[in-house]
Amino acid sequence: MDLFEYQARDLFEKHGVPVLAAAIATTADEAEAAATKIGGKVVVKAQVKVGGRGKAGGVKLAEDPMDAREKAGAILGMDIKGHVVRTVMIAAAAPIESEYYLAILLDRSNRTFLVMASVSGGMDIEEVARTAPEKLAKVPLSAVDGISAAKATQIITAANFPADVAEQVAHVLVKLWEVFQSEDATLVEVNPLVKTKDGKVIALDGKVTLDDNADFRQPDHEELIDQAAENPLEAAAKAKGLNYVKLDGEVGIIGNGAGLVMSTLDVVAYAGEKHGGVRPANFLDIGGGASAQIMADGLSIILGDKDVKSVFVNVFGGITACDAVATGIVQALELLGPKATKPIVVRLDGNNVVEGRAILDKAAHPLVQQLDTMDGAADRAAELAAK
Amino acid sequence: MSIFLNENTKVIVQGMTGSEGTKHTRRMLASGTKIVGGVTPGKGGQVVDIDGHQLPVFNTVAEAMTATGANASVVFVPPKFAKAAVIDAIDAAMPLVVVITEGIPVHDSASFYAYSLTKGTTRIVGPNCPGLISPGKSNIGIIPADITGPGPIGLVSKSGTLTYQMMYELRDIGFSTAVGIGGDPVIGTTHIDCLRAFQDDPDTTAIVMIGEIGGDAEERAAAFISEYVTKPVVGYVAGFTAPEGKTMGHAGAIVSGSSGTAQGKKDALEAAGVQVGQTPSETARLLRAILGR
Repeated sequence: MDLFEYQARDLFEKHGVPVLAAAIATTADEAEAAATKIGGKVVVKAQVKVGGRGKAGGVKLAEDPMDAREKAGAILGMDIKGHVVRTVMIAAAAPIESEYYLAILLDRSNRTFLVMASVSGGMDIEEVARTAPEKLAKVPLSAVDGISAAKATQIITAANFPADVAEQVAHVLVKLWEVFQSEDATLVEVNPLVKTKDGKVIALDGKVTLDDNADFRQPDHEELIDQAAENPLEAAAKAKGLNYVKLDGEVGIIGNGAGLVMSTLDVVAYAGEKHGGVRPANFLDIGGGASAQIMADGLSIILGDKDVKSVFVNVFGGITACDAVATGIVQALELLGPKATKPIVVRLDGNNVVEGRAILDKAAHPLVQQLDTMDGAADRAAELAAK
Repeated sequence: MSIFLNENTKVIVQGMTGSEGTKHTRRMLASGTKIVGGVTPGKGGQVVDIDGHQLPVFNTVAEAMTATGANASVVFVPPKFAKAAVIDAIDAAMPLVVVITEGIPVHDSASFYAYSLTKGTTRIVGPNCPGLISPGKSNIGIIPADITGPGPIGLVSKSGTLTYQMMYELRDIGFSTAVGIGGDPVIGTTHIDCLRAFQDDPDTTAIVMIGEIGGDAEERAAAFISEYVTKPVVGYVAGFTAPEGKTMGHAGAIVSGSSGTAQGKKDALEAAGVQVGQTPSETARLLRAILGR
């Protein structure tokens, strides 16, 4: 899960990373009140989970509370690259002398963690990485040892931080590691980390990504979920424990195992090229050990998607036996009754395939048809969606 | 021959007394795997009867190894306890640890992987993987044993069900070993580890490599194939039509920016002389053409 800037800021504050006073607002009134409380000049910042908001006009300096009110009014409701601004953060303004960059992230290639640090922070760190990679220090981190004071010194030396801020940056690094580790983050980024005119080092903007697998030991993370942004079908699927992603096509997809479902999306998209360009409507993985109930839940969600014109159920029975899948389909259709109106193409193979196919044959539901191969079934599902 | 396991591999099941552990112990026994016991902290001393096999339960992996001579472990414990279980196995210098558990926090897997490197005596496969099978010899994990039999193909895949699908497509030819390495961002055994082992395995004559979007493992594998692998390799990559920024089930399967796309992986593999199929069935046809079958 990616966090909003203000959520990242709050996590920083909780773990002792220096940040500026700030508050969030969802209306111009609230923005004015927040600016009054903070006092002096403030910055009004759009809260969107997408880069480039500054260039899009989503960050403005305000001279006083009335000005903050006006600026917030203009930014709230703004569309930044398809993200509507529902919240702004009002933060104290700081006179900046230098901008730096720090990040701790998961380095998949090397199967460990990595620190990236640069004294050339600010908006264009991607540009720095591309054009002047020597200015971006990359220091591998042991997942066992993390960032000790000695490691922090090594990072500061590698990135050439000036001596007058070295001690403060070292402190920030140790605290950022604390955020990264204790919150189960896969990314903690500060850009910019600034040195103010009075010599203080402060995290001015932050990005944090949390590992959903750790939810069982991070009960506080549940309230960080952005309910407003969740697709209602995705939320319904999540509530049922299903792994579902809404896409923009017409062929509903259900399969078992993430790899096979991804492959099914591809095969349907290829088949769709011959049928007017129809595409997959979703990703839905019912998992390796799916029961009849899970199949029924999955089918209900797909059939509830108004964009879906046909459904392709593609299951290779491994741990999930095909007869359980077939029973699930029959149960789901009984449950849905007249609400089920879309054709369902089923391809079963693997464990208990004979029993599974027999169950569907016996039920002889008018919406269900079986095909023997993945390619053939994908083609039929695409053809039906194109009608 | 085979890679990483053979008919003499003695396996203990960590989490054998749990429901998943018991279910899959039964399946592994049925497919001929030499299961010699289980580990569940606090339940040491018990004996569990699974389909007539009297299997002793131990508190630690070290005790289990001393008592049974086990040289492989398979982990079915829930995510919450998975790190402790794997660390226990590493501390015992267990040569092979296959972690089936799905949903382990990446801080935990990064940590036990780093720990295994400091010890240098344990190969981890997974986590979040279906395990590995040498048909007719041994089966460690959850891959269905009855899809196909022994043969000359080596297979390595991030995905479980795509492994089954590909074994099914090529079931008349058979496999030396099929390894499901898992789709998590941090895994213990990579495509490259398996490619090296298949290249060195005299009974493997051709290799199928299945990848998916996310990360750069396939690109690195392609570079490795160029420099080390002389046996024919065919490839398949899932996720050509997956949109950017959406996680497709496997925590690792997410495309960010221009890196990690299926097209990028296909291009890299083809540049290394690997024929890449657009679908699983086309990939199987490419392999058949190479083997003349």
